[in-house]
Amino acid sequence: MSKYDYVQEPALVKGNHDFASLTRLVTDINLRPTPKGWYIAMIGANTLLAILGISVGYLIWEGVGIWGLNNPVGWGWAIINFVWWVGIGHAGTLISAVLFLFRQDWRTAINRFAEAMTIFAVMCAGVFPAIHVGRIWVIYWVFPIPNQMYMWPNFNSPLLWDVFAVSTYFTVSFLFWYVGLVPDLATIRDRATDKIRKFTYGVFSLGWTGSNRHWWNYEKAYMVLAGLATPLVLSVHTIVSFDFAVSLIPGWHTTIFPPYFVAGAIFSGFAMVLTLMIVARKIYGMKDIMTDDHMEKMNIIIMVTGSMVGFAYMMEFFVAWYSGVEYEKAIFLLRATGPYAWAYWTMMTCNVISPQIFWFKKARTSVGITFAISIVVNIGMWFERFVITVTSLANDYLPSSWDYYSPTIWDVLTYVGTFGLFFTMFLLFLRFLPMVALAEVKMIIPQADPHNYDDEKQEYKAPKVEIPTPKVVEA
Amino acid sequence: MSTPKKNIEEQSKMYGILGEFKNPKALIDVARTVNKSGYSKYDTFSPFPVHGMDKAMSLKKSKLGWIIIGHGILGFIGALGMMYYMAVMDYPMNISGKPFFNAPAWVPITFELTVLLSAFGTVFGMFFLNGLPKLNNPLFNVDRFKKATDDGFFLCIEAADSLFETDKVKKLLKEAGATHIEEVYD
Repeated sequence: MSKYDYVQEPALVKGNHDFASLTRLVTDINLRPTPKGWYIAMIGANTLLAILGISVGYLIWEGVGIWGLNNPVGWGWAIINFVWWVGIGHAGTLISAVLFLFRQDWRTAINRFAEAMTIFAVMCAGVFPAIHVGRIWVIYWVFPIPNQMYMWPNFNSPLLWDVFAVSTYFTVSFLFWYVGLVPDLATIRDRATDKIRKFTYGVFSLGWTGSNRHWWNYEKAYMVLAGLATPLVLSVHTIVSFDFAVSLIPGWHTTIFPPYFVAGAIFSGFAMVLTLMIVARKIYGMKDIMTDDHMEKMNIIIMVTGSMVGFAYMMEFFVAWYSGVEYEKAIFLLRATGPYAWAYWTMMTCNVISPQIFWFKKARTSVGITFAISIVVNIGMWFERFVITVTSLANDYLPSSWDYYSPTIWDVLTYVGTFGLFFTMFLLFLRFLPMVALAEVKMIIPQADPHNYDDEKQEYKAPKVEIPTPKVVEA
Repeated sequence: MSTPKKNIEEQSKMYGILGEFKNPKALIDVARTVNKSGYSKYDTFSPFPVHGMDKAMSLKKSKLGWIIIGHGILGFIGALGMMYYMAVMDYPMNISGKPFFNAPAWVPITFELTVLLSAFGTVFGMFFLNGLPKLNNPLFNVDRFKKATDDGFFLCIEAADSLFETDKVKKLLKEAGATHIEEVYD
């Protein structure tokens, strides 16, 4: 016998589902009365959202002085949270677009969910650059529209590139999400019995009939959108990293930033998808669609991207030493041993060491460990942005201008408040929209493939997997 | 129930004949037959795109690509044109000695706007080619057609087709194994 047994691809949907039972499983959530637990969760989310409202209101009233920013550290939690949330969003696009282009059919179970997460995460991210400008009433100066100064935005500035990148990213992600939703909204429209649902889902499904002449254009559009979203998602975090890399601050001015930021973004986003998925599939009974095999595959991606991030951390040190620039060398030593060493080692432990546990099959198939690691990774990725932003600013060229940065209660409350925004949107999504891309899941079950039917009687026959007998090789 | 329905049937024009089939295989077989019989105004309806159906129906290549590239070019030229007008023609500003026409720095925005416009072209072009939004469709008058977004597989031959003859079409669908056949009225 060969050393390796033949490994059969696990079924993507478990539990003997047919088309109708999948429809019921997914859309019953939207059609049945709102469960009590949902209201309780919504109250919690709305409380946090109110905190966000108060913190932002007070910020606009009083000014950015309420935050912990000081003289060398002019960029604090606002930029950290912005990068963190945008990064989380990237996993959604990766799952929906990149895995689509690579024909990874397992993505269909989680792509709707992950895309929703993308959109809400980008909303949360967008809060920070908008409010941190100080004079929010002239925020429209960042757009190329005429203003009272007769001046146009500075197209040489990475901060302006960011405006275009993030707003394009939000728009394209939203369109991608909506295009995917249309056939499923039509399913709910056709199943709804009350007037309000029939009307609302009817309007938003645009009169979709499932016509093959429509699917023909639709599938083309979906593929092109995936092809557009893939370079877009890479460009967005590249441009976010330009906010740092194009400046001359030691520790920021490095060419490794774009790939390293993108890897980190995918890393944290997959962790966030897992956190949400593990909770949601339990509450909504979606274990047949979002199976443990999905979790395992995502854990492998977390391990790979975590190692890439770890490699980038080491390369930063190497390049700082290799560059021969005193300031570069100093800042990296200070990161690991200086006043923020506690943050640096938190980052290292959470991002580089903790995902290595997924080398063990037992760990990556365990729901408990996966859930714990997914949260640890997100903490770690927040600290990565903290380390990058704060250490470089707090200890740059002149030691006489060094200072220690700590946040105030308002920094913390604003950050906590964005979770309110995120979860409010997410709960609305779970309640009113199909959380699984139904049409796509139907497409990947074996009953959907005409080849799996008898030619004469047109009856379904399950595909047979030919397991090759391994040849014995004598040494 | 039957009297008002009859009245409607008498008053309104027939839109076509709808047949339901039991699975994707049956649908693809009947589509092939209908296509070979020379019908052109027919369509199949399924909850998901059926693999190989486009070939069975001999659909021509989608025109969507042309719409997308048109929009993409518009985005590309539009972005460069906008920046050129604003930063070189209308109000040139010396920013740390950089040239007014600073091509490398304009790459990100040019790229983003090209992608943005292409995405608009993709989504709105797709809906345009499909004739959506179209909120009233004669097929929605058939109660059974609700299954098309759940687990039903349908084929409809429209009355507007030049070869359309009620009895012939019904016979064709029946012989192809339709489980239900219904006349659709406007």
